[in-house]
Amino acid sequence: MTDVLAAPGDPPPSADPGGAPSGSLVGEIDALAGVPVAYFRGDEILFPPRERYGQVVVALKGAGFAMCSDLCAVDYLASMERPLPEGVAPERFEVVVNLLSLERRRRVRLRVQVPEADATLPTLFRCYPGTENMEREVYDLFGIRFSDHPDLTRILMPQDWEGHPLRKDYGTGRVPVQFKEAPGPR
Amino acid sequence: MSDEQGSGAAAGTVASQWAELDASGRPREEPGAPPRRAYRAGDESSDEDRERFDELFEQETSEGDQELAPVAETDPTELLIEMGAVLRVPEDQAVDPTLDPDLDASSFGDGETMIINLGPQHPSTHGVLRVMLELEGETVLRSKPVIGYLHTGMEKTAEELTYVQGATNVTRMDYLSPLNNEICWCLAVEKLLDVEMPPRATWIRMLMSELNRISSHVMWAATNGMDLASTTMMIFGFREREMVLSFFEKTTGLRMNHNYIRPGGVAADLPDGWEDDVSVIVDTIGVRLDEYDELLTGQPIFRERTEGVGVIGPELALAMSATGPILRAAGVAWDLRRAMPYLAYDELEFDVIVGTVGDTFDRYAVRLNEIRESIRIVRQILEKMPSGDYRVQDKKITPPPRARIDESMEALIHHFKLYTRGFEPPVGEVYSAIESPRGELGCYLVSDGSNKPYRMHWRGPSFVNLQSVPALLRGSLLADTVAILSSVDPVLGEVDR
Repeated sequence: MTDVLAAPGDPPPSADPGGAPSGSLVGEIDALAGVPVAYFRGDEILFPPRERYGQVVVALKGAGFAMCSDLCAVDYLASMERPLPEGVAPERFEVVVNLLSLERRRRVRLRVQVPEADATLPTLFRCYPGTENMEREVYDLFGIRFSDHPDLTRILMPQDWEGHPLRKDYGTGRVPVQFKEAPGPR
Repeated sequence: MSDEQGSGAAAGTVASQWAELDASGRPREEPGAPPRRAYRAGDESSDEDRERFDELFEQETSEGDQELAPVAETDPTELLIEMGAVLRVPEDQAVDPTLDPDLDASSFGDGETMIINLGPQHPSTHGVLRVMLELEGETVLRSKPVIGYLHTGMEKTAEELTYVQGATNVTRMDYLSPLNNEICWCLAVEKLLDVEMPPRATWIRMLMSELNRISSHVMWAATNGMDLASTTMMIFGFREREMVLSFFEKTTGLRMNHNYIRPGGVAADLPDGWEDDVSVIVDTIGVRLDEYDELLTGQPIFRERTEGVGVIGPELALAMSATGPILRAAGVAWDLRRAMPYLAYDELEFDVIVGTVGDTFDRYAVRLNEIRESIRIVRQILEKMPSGDYRVQDKKITPPPRARIDESMEALIHHFKLYTRGFEPPVGEVYSAIESPRGELGCYLVSDGSNKPYRMHWRGPSFVNLQSVPALLRGSLLADTVAILSSVDPVLGEVDR
């Protein structure tokens, strides 16, 4: 796991096989100064604090990352001791944003720590309107709220559903089978 | 239920705009407030009937806030955004010249509009997609896709399956391109494991991926033909798809949901004589594509119905995160096979097909010519297919050959361990993306070092592309809605997962 804990400023261990330019974005874009960074399997991963999330995304968009290809969340309830770069305090939720630059032909991944007690994040809708569905999905399945989102409603689950199914403390249902114990509590 | 603990604790600290929401995230309803359903002026039925109908209707079909609300009940700020570009585009992004500049608040306010449902059982919605349309006469003013009818929690299921079993799960998502799903999954797992594929495994994967692209695109051409009332095209498309599926059945044992491409390579080598089978497929389909041209491309009725319909420009397509034929038809030459090559696509020659206008016809033309490019790729693969192993010879990742199990205790143990427990990749998280027939197909995998993924997220191109539907539909005629929806090519199995 040495890759994950690489110190900021270390060169990426391997270049993209597609011949994409490698080299840290943190060194290149001034607005990203001080953002913890890690490399894993040739990917660059930024860990902006929640307060700088919007600013970092805007800076990356200005630097040519024209498309937000993916936005999802992870509930780290059962894995709080995951490796993180120095200066990043683990929280229960992480929102993961994948930005894509068509000019540079490279991706960058943002992992933002979101505490359980205040599971909110500013929306990226103003910057990337294409995150609308993705943020609704994260809200639906994890209960993380995106402030200023134009239409933060459930998207995959029915409107009257209780709970957020992809949270780790949301039990999966079981079908009772003969000669097996009765299903556990949901 | 402990699932609401987060939001309950958050109630004190979140921004005040959430104060009016109750614990489950729905707006608080004032006791005695009228139900949230609009009736049009001139509705003759009595209040009692209305109430009874209301009750029935709400119970049967209502998705509450997920639905498109009438203008009068839509929040002004939300309406402003919707007016900016039908739906969900910030006002500053909504400068696209293809959008109707005359549409202002008065277009919504006169009460002459009507909200209707298209789907979820409509055959031209390609599954269980429900689109709510606000019409003024026959013109679509606003629209909103309502999805989730096919949601079975496949991302949650993936957390309960080992990495070896995971391919059986993802192959069922986009059921028209199962092999591409498997490739995306396996590339993510292999990136976690950091193993390198033998060349033959890579090339077999490319062959299957391209054949699958052909079958998916002809299937699209078939359903698109049906939507535009060309039943001949439907028969043609299914006929061609059947040829490809027969080859898949011969190779993988199944016509769909193959579980053929697995972490570490593929399940079995190609059958004897596969070169002849594949040659026949590409030769036949290559000739028949010209028949498609005769049947549709030059046909005046087809062109009338598709040209200039559902236009989306490159800026808006990029902003909406649209990928695949939608983005390419808008003129952006972005194909992951070319731009960020995976497998061995950098060793092949093919063109990225690009449109100019971004209308329904362009999306048709892009797909049709992508079949031709796929045929070109398959011909090159036929020539260049390397020999050797079709999976990595690492007994911790792929099972030993069946014959070895009878004679070697060690092989039996490896076989047993692999199918009961599987392998354990190192801690980490990866994102792999491939170009599926519908656009960027991504898999985000988080490993905590155990034999099951800690989290698996599927970036389905259909799910993301569906966001551009309201922008495409805006200002079009109701009759064109079907053609536009079809040109987006959503597969609802992947949208809802």
